[in-house]
Amino acid sequence: MAQAANAGNVPVKARKGQIGKYKKWGYIFMLPFILVFLVFQAWPLIQTFYYSMFRYFKSGLSWIGPEFVGFDNFVAIFDMSSGNNILALTWNTLIMWVLGFVPQIIISLLFAYWFTNVRLRLRCLGFFKTVMYMPNLIMASAFAMLIFSIFSDIGPINELIKHTTGGEAFRFLSYTGSTMGLVAFMNFIMWFGNTTILLMAAMMGINESVIEAAEIDGASSSQIFWKITLPLIRPILVYVMITSLIGGLQMFDVPQILTGGQGGPNNTTKTLIMYLNEQIGTSKNYGMAGALSVIIFIVCAALSLVVYYFFAADRSNKKSKKGGK
Amino acid sequence: MAKKEKVLEHTSALQLNRTDPNMKVKPTLIIHRIICYIVLVFFSILCLFFFYILLVNASRSHYDIMSGFSFLPGNQFINNFQSAISNTTIPVVNGVINSLIIATCTAILSIYFSAMTAYAIHVYDFKGKKFIFNFILLIMTIPTQVSALGFFSMCTDLGLRDTYIPLIVPAIAAPAVFFFMIQYMKSSLPIDIIEAARIDGSGEFRTFNTIVLPMLKPALAVQAIFSFVASWNNYFLPSLIIDTSTKKTMPIMIAQLRSADFLKFDMGQVYMFIFIAIVPVIIVYFCLSKFIIAGVSLGGVKE
Repeated sequence: MAQAANAGNVPVKARKGQIGKYKKWGYIFMLPFILVFLVFQAWPLIQTFYYSMFRYFKSGLSWIGPEFVGFDNFVAIFDMSSGNNILALTWNTLIMWVLGFVPQIIISLLFAYWFTNVRLRLRCLGFFKTVMYMPNLIMASAFAMLIFSIFSDIGPINELIKHTTGGEAFRFLSYTGSTMGLVAFMNFIMWFGNTTILLMAAMMGINESVIEAAEIDGASSSQIFWKITLPLIRPILVYVMITSLIGGLQMFDVPQILTGGQGGPNNTTKTLIMYLNEQIGTSKNYGMAGALSVIIFIVCAALSLVVYYFFAADRSNKKSKKGGK
Repeated sequence: MAKKEKVLEHTSALQLNRTDPNMKVKPTLIIHRIICYIVLVFFSILCLFFFYILLVNASRSHYDIMSGFSFLPGNQFINNFQSAISNTTIPVVNGVINSLIIATCTAILSIYFSAMTAYAIHVYDFKGKKFIFNFILLIMTIPTQVSALGFFSMCTDLGLRDTYIPLIVPAIAAPAVFFFMIQYMKSSLPIDIIEAARIDGSGEFRTFNTIVLPMLKPALAVQAIFSFVASWNNYFLPSLIIDTSTKKTMPIMIAQLRSADFLKFDMGQVYMFIFIAIVPVIIVYFCLSKFIIAGVSLGGVKE
């Protein structure tokens, strides 16, 4: 008896010893990641917060500051009399995001539904997915330059307009509406394929028998879509929307190149990050750039928390399912 | 199980056919399918249209492009290519080489070290493991732009401006790659194999490099492609860090095209520059699209 108990105990002890023995390797393997994160992400972030509290900018060739000013930079960035106040910049950014995102989510839902529909049994899905995902990998700045060349005053689209109407060229970048439209259109083209694939994966995860049961009960296909498919993929929809919003807040390459860094006409298409880039790179106003970064950080951190809980919920769901089995 | 489901599907289809007259179901389904194909083809054309124009105009001379629109490629492709690579204000050959170096190093570093970190969390038990995992998950979606100011001033202070170190080394900490790797390990890296390697006397480091990494190959490949493409396309940070014209990467050079006096530029060359920036990625994509699309639907996370 005693021997048997002993025999049962020894491996446990040995295992515990093993875990202790190998523990240090866990730290060693993580070390490069953590070090690089601390040096290149955490420390710069702390410095950014630090600068946000200081008056610190380049005037001519000399630096003014750093001089502690508390929250003055935050007050200045909300100053409505300036065309570059944070509300105007956020508005520009969000409008362009919404204009691209609404068609994106509608088209992606529709395509994902078609692609996964058993009764439709569409062919060449591989081809469609490949083509539609492609713009996502294209260099955004080169794509914006391409669109600029095509829609410029002397570009092919204006050649067509002049030929067909016999009138003047339409100066796309002289109007807020058409400039925003082009930016939104590019964002749509670049992201709808990606979203379609994500939503497809979610829809394929739906148990086929649920939909069959509804069909047998006489539900129409639109009823199935609105009452079964949509509620079941809601977590993924939320995830897609929030990550897209975070991506939208970072909107930079496309409007920057399309408008030549001006955010024209009259700063109406200048995004948050375009302004940040201007403050760091050309104006060298570290105080303002810091304040703007801190605000963007807080918003993104709040949104990231939502994504985090989405993942956390997803994981605990999976765990409980496994436990149930 | 699968057979049973198929049978079920079959019977339900039969039942549906019985309740709805055959004649009614089929035509609507066909019409529905036709509408689907028309819409899908339209959007596919929309995706390809601009790149087709790019291809057409990259092969036409400045004079041809200015004189009108064409759907047929010209014969000036090689001419445009030669004049683009010999342009001295925008050294595109340097740009391609610089971007290739940075993107390759970034891809290798981010997959290797992020896989290593995922391995640490997946295999070992140590204090703070849960905290670190949750922390990385939390920072995954926070954009790097928010710390760009501190990053920029730190690089200036350390004399790292105009070098590739700030563009390559930070790739070691790639939360999205880490997350993808740990998901992959959970599904296809049994701990038993590592324990077996230990019994055979393999050191921890050797186990990771020679046994674990080969097992992760499919996931590593997908993430390497994503890291490469993200770095190849990156414009924001390089434009702040790099000043010397021969050190610039492709996106910065494309931006230069825009700020240069556009109307005076040889348009054939402009399209050729864009072509050079875009095409390598498109070729790689069409060769590996199956893996890439599988990776997208698997990971669900891409920056």
